[in-house]
Amino acid sequence: MIVALILILVAVGSVVFHFVSPWWWTPIASNWGFIDTTILITFWVTGVVFVAVVVFTGYCVWKYRYQEDRRSEYEPEDPRLEWWLTVLTSIGVVIMLAPGLIAWQQYITVPAGAAEFEVLGKQWQWGFRLPGKDGVLGKSDNRNITAENPFGVDPKDPNGKDDVLIDADDLHIQIGKPVKVLLRSVDVLHDFYVPQFRGKMDMIPGMVTYFWFTPTRTGSFDILCAELCGVGHHAMRGIVVVDKESDYKKWLSEQETFAQTMAKAKSRKQKKLKLTFNQNKAAPQAKVSAQ
Amino acid sequence: MSDTTPEDVGYVGPAEVDDQDLYHPKSWITKYVFCQDAKVIAIQYGMTATAIGLVALVLSWLMRLQLGFPESFSFIEPSDYYQFITAHGMIMVVYLLTALFLGGFGNYLIPLMVGARDMAFPYVNMVSYWVYLTAVLVLIASFFVPGGPTGAGWTLYPPQAILSTTPGSDGGIILLLVSLALFIVGFTMGGLNYVVTVLQCRTRGMTLMRMPLTIWGIFTATVLALLAFPALLVGAIMMLFDRLLGTSFFMPSIVQLGEQLSYGGGSPILFQHLFWFFGHPEVYIVALPAFGIVSDLISVHARRHIFGYRLMVWAIVIIGALSFIVWAHHMYVSGMNPYFGFFFATTTLIIAVPTALKVYNWTLTLWRGNIRLNVPMLFSLGFIITFVNGGITGLFLGNVIIDVPLSDTMFVVAHFHMVMGVAPMLVVLGAIYHWYPLMTGKMYNETLGKWHFWVTFLGAYLIYFPMHYIGFVGVPRRYFTIDDTSFIPESVGDLNAFISIATFVVGAAQILFFYNMARSYFNGKKAGSNPWQAASLEWQTPQVPPGHGNWGKELPLVYRWAYDYGVPGARDDFVPQHIAPKDVPMAKKKAKKSSSGKSKA
Repeated sequence: MIVALILILVAVGSVVFHFVSPWWWTPIASNWGFIDTTILITFWVTGVVFVAVVVFTGYCVWKYRYQEDRRSEYEPEDPRLEWWLTVLTSIGVVIMLAPGLIAWQQYITVPAGAAEFEVLGKQWQWGFRLPGKDGVLGKSDNRNITAENPFGVDPKDPNGKDDVLIDADDLHIQIGKPVKVLLRSVDVLHDFYVPQFRGKMDMIPGMVTYFWFTPTRTGSFDILCAELCGVGHHAMRGIVVVDKESDYKKWLSEQETFAQTMAKAKSRKQKKLKLTFNQNKAAPQAKVSAQ
Repeated sequence: MSDTTPEDVGYVGPAEVDDQDLYHPKSWITKYVFCQDAKVIAIQYGMTATAIGLVALVLSWLMRLQLGFPESFSFIEPSDYYQFITAHGMIMVVYLLTALFLGGFGNYLIPLMVGARDMAFPYVNMVSYWVYLTAVLVLIASFFVPGGPTGAGWTLYPPQAILSTTPGSDGGIILLLVSLALFIVGFTMGGLNYVVTVLQCRTRGMTLMRMPLTIWGIFTATVLALLAFPALLVGAIMMLFDRLLGTSFFMPSIVQLGEQLSYGGGSPILFQHLFWFFGHPEVYIVALPAFGIVSDLISVHARRHIFGYRLMVWAIVIIGALSFIVWAHHMYVSGMNPYFGFFFATTTLIIAVPTALKVYNWTLTLWRGNIRLNVPMLFSLGFIITFVNGGITGLFLGNVIIDVPLSDTMFVVAHFHMVMGVAPMLVVLGAIYHWYPLMTGKMYNETLGKWHFWVTFLGAYLIYFPMHYIGFVGVPRRYFTIDDTSFIPESVGDLNAFISIATFVVGAAQILFFYNMARSYFNGKKAGSNPWQAASLEWQTPQVPPGHGNWGKELPLVYRWAYDYGVPGARDDFVPQHIAPKDVPMAKKKAKKSSSGKSKA
């Protein structure tokens, strides 16, 4: 009796916790509301099954508790019942899978005309590269990376000259415009994760991965790394700010292009040669902030 | 289903026993140390796995100290934390659960349940254990080398696993990879034994479709392991080459902390494919024996045949087969070809169907049964609930688009702990209580066992159920500390503290278990023969605990399936597998009806 009651209380308690607990997803800030809907559908289907199974188990434990003079029923199989359960379960699976696959199709199909920007992960900070006036990102390769060229942009590619580089600073994007996020890493796996955007993708050295979304809400959002990337993994944070068009344009005009950073680095190098050699090896971000 | 052998089939003595005798121990050392008796090897496996598992338990306490009370324990540095989670995960999955289910329960139960005298190759079986022990010792050694054990996460993803910014990248990762390779070598010896024994050494009458589901689970899991572990072995060896010889199997060109490394051209994703080609079947290597064992516990203690036996067998086999084509659902956001998502989401959700049917059949076994609510039954009920709970969150993560926001969050941690941590552990504990009278000849203390169950079950549920919601908020896994963010409410910190306290309580409650086992071994009541009135063969040995060679002069003959409970017309509510139809004691009222007539029911 008590056992059956506790089992049923576990089911009821879980449902109550689900509805009254203060812990739920953060309000969405992108177009991926369909993901949230799919999650809700899955919650309902699986929740019903969970409660049904636990309550039925509790019922059996109470109803068929041991009695000296009772015999269990001898009926090894019931093909009809088993078929019904198979069919019902399959229907439940389809109800969850179908919207999931449709949403996935949308997730991996970038709309034509989406703006692009690049996220560069390195232990343990974020860098961003925007395509500049020509709208095209210059070629890049980890083998081009030097202290002056932290993004590894190909210096010979003319498309790269006007690329806007943001190293260890906040990223701004524009509300309402679909963006394709190109993801690169220079060292180990990282994962560009902004909970409010719902999207996420690993960043892998040696290749470019992507996902896309449309920001739907202005504000400032945390960027976290979601793939273990060494001892500083938890400290790899950044900020992405979703701006209205005017704010975004203003911010963009204040940023430096690849050509500018290279020119500055050159002149600084010449200056530095006159000074005693400094110890700061990994200093690209220090240079940017010194502007 | 419950076909019985007709009475008029003549007896043919099993030939293999007469040909050669077992190697009987001649000294204390060959009896208890270098022993070839599968039952002793089972206990050796079990003890070793439990010992290293306790290390992993303590590690989980340490990481919960950090998560529940960040900044309170200054002796835990980020590098320590990452070493804790890595060692905890690796030990629990490989060195504890795999070793316990296959090396422990497999060794003990396979020969007894199929009516064999021992494993097919007792000597290889013994070597298997000693190689496993060596693997465990190498793993422990990695805690004491400069730099400590690896902190790469149990998935060991390159490039970070072998780079200097990951703790333990000196000796730790090398020793772990060597230890894994040893484990696989040891397991292969044991695994071949289990497979051959099940296929070749069953006693007469023990057809495949009369085997207890425990054996089906362990057998299928072993086949999976024999096919899956080589992928891990290959991955481990290649990574060892990358680390020691400077090859670039998994290493692209890398700029680390401003310095160009000499690697180039390798693929980090290749390792993930190899790892999960092993890693996903590994989930079922743990789950299938648990499925099998819990089926037997439920059936015996509900005094009812398992419901839908054939379906249960086929479900195990189908789940095992499908488990090889779902691995990339661990990699939906890994950057692999996005079109894989359609395939792997579909296969993953299809697995839910046979798995759900197994759950239904467990509950339908309880239905119209005569349920004894003793300790093994309680653990089985706990398993059903935690497994269903963990299984349905798998439907979230397996559905590719839902995995996008949830992957790498605490939701994943909660999911896999519930489904392959708590649920199988409840089965392990229930199984130990269930077979304890057979292994020791003594009965455990029922009250202590019940306390142990309630604290463990409810405590574990309180740990992992709310944890899903921490992940739902968006807290990533493998974070030393989350600090300040704009989206995580402070109450998450309180919940983390609560979870940590529950962890300490549940961990400490295991003392009840060890105390109960130890005390009952010396002071427990004599269990006698077949105290549960079970029908399967392992309870029908002439001696309790069974001696070397398991059976008397002749092997038992099997006439029926392992689930003849509540057979109409029979006097007792169970008919053991080795009772011939003509020898079944009939009830007084309608003794005319023979039990074999019931098989068409």
